[in-house]
Amino acid sequence: MSGASAPPTSLYDGLVEHGLIIPVGVQGAFGRGAVFELVLARFNALVDEISRDDGARYCVFPPVISRKIIEKLNYMDSFPHLCGAVCSYFGDERGSKGFSQRIAAGEPWGDLLQMTDVVLNPAACYPVYPSFTGVVPDSGHLVTMFNWVFRHEPSPQPTRMQSFRVREFVRVGTPAQVVEWRDMWLQRGLTLLQSLGLDAVSDVASDPFFGRAGKIMAASQAQQQLKFEVLVPVNDGDSPTAVCSFNYHQQYFGSAFDIVLPSGEPASTACLGFGLERIVIALFKTHGFDPARWPGAVRTKLGL
Amino acid sequence: MSSKEQQDESIRQILAEHGRLAAPASSIARDAELSAHGLTSHATVNVMLALEEHFGIEFPDQMLTRGVFTSIATIQAAVEKLVDAG
Repeated sequence: MSGASAPPTSLYDGLVEHGLIIPVGVQGAFGRGAVFELVLARFNALVDEISRDDGARYCVFPPVISRKIIEKLNYMDSFPHLCGAVCSYFGDERGSKGFSQRIAAGEPWGDLLQMTDVVLNPAACYPVYPSFTGVVPDSGHLVTMFNWVFRHEPSPQPTRMQSFRVREFVRVGTPAQVVEWRDMWLQRGLTLLQSLGLDAVSDVASDPFFGRAGKIMAASQAQQQLKFEVLVPVNDGDSPTAVCSFNYHQQYFGSAFDIVLPSGEPASTACLGFGLERIVIALFKTHGFDPARWPGAVRTKLGL
Repeated sequence: MSSKEQQDESIRQILAEHGRLAAPASSIARDAELSAHGLTSHATVNVMLALEEHFGIEFPDQMLTRGVFTSIATIQAAVEKLVDAG
C-alpha cells in the first residue's frame, strides 16, 4: 500500500496486524498469510462439497490468457480501464540501455516495450470458452475452475484487489438450461454464505462498463436481469460488497467462439464466481481476526 | 421534407449503418422494438455515438438508458428534445 494515497481502512490495518495479509507497496496486491490461505482453502472445499454431485469438469488456467480472447470479445471497448496487457522488450542490446537511463531519470519507460501475445486474465470464465468451440451435447457443458483474475482498480480498500482468485462455474446449453442453473446457484450461494454467519443478500447488478456508452450497457444488463450479486457488509460506512456474481451471457460467448447447439443455434452460457479473498475478508470482518474465536458452528462448517 | 421527416430519415440511416439490424432500417415501423430487430446493447452504443455526431448533441447520463433506444420513435423524441435544448 503506497503511503501517499488515502489512509488505509481500519479493516486493512487489522488484517495486516494479525498477519492475515502482507503489504507489498502497491494497492490491491497484498500477500496472503497462512491463516488467510487456510480459511480460503476450506471455503473452496465447501464449494466442492455442495457441488459434488453436479458432475462439473474441474480445470485451472494460468493468470494469463491469449490476447486474442479479449480482442474477440471487444473487451477493450467495454473495459479498457481494467485491462492488464503483458508487454515485453523485443529490441536489441543497444536499445535496452534506454531502460536504465529512463529509470534513473525517473522517466516512464513503457513506450520501449511492445505487446506480447498474452494479457492478464480479466474474468475467471474467459479462458475456457475457446475449448467449447463446436457442437454442444444435449446435456450441455459444465466446468468449474480456480483462476486468478486481474483488474486494474488500485484501491486502499482490502476488498478491492488488482489480483484475486475466483472459484468459477460455467454452464453451456440452451437458454432454459443455463438460466435454471444460474437461479439454482444463486439460492445455493446465498444459503452457503448465510450458513457461515454472513449477512448475505442478493440483488440485480451490472458490470463496471467504461464511459458514457458503458452506462447504456449497464442499464441494459440491469433491465434484463442478466447479472445478480450476493452482497455482504464488509467495509464500514460503505454499501455491501459483492462476494459472488451470477451472470447470464445469452448468446454472447456462443456466437464469439462458434459454440453451437445441435439445432445449429449459438449456445447460451452463464457463469458464477465466488470471490474467494472477499469471502475470507468478510469472514474476518464478521467474526473477528482470530478464527479460534469464531462461533463454533462456523468453525465446524469450515473444518477449523 | 419537414425537419421531422429529415430526422426520421437520418435516424434510419444511422441505424442501417451502426445498428447491425436483421431488417432494412428503412422498412422498420416507427414504434417497433429495435431489440426485436436485433439491436444489441453493443450496437446501441455505436448508434448513440453516431447520433451525437450527426445531430451535434450529447446524451446526458440520465438519458443513457435502454428506454431511449427502444424504437425509432423514442430515439427521435430524445433527439428532438436535445436539439431543441441545444
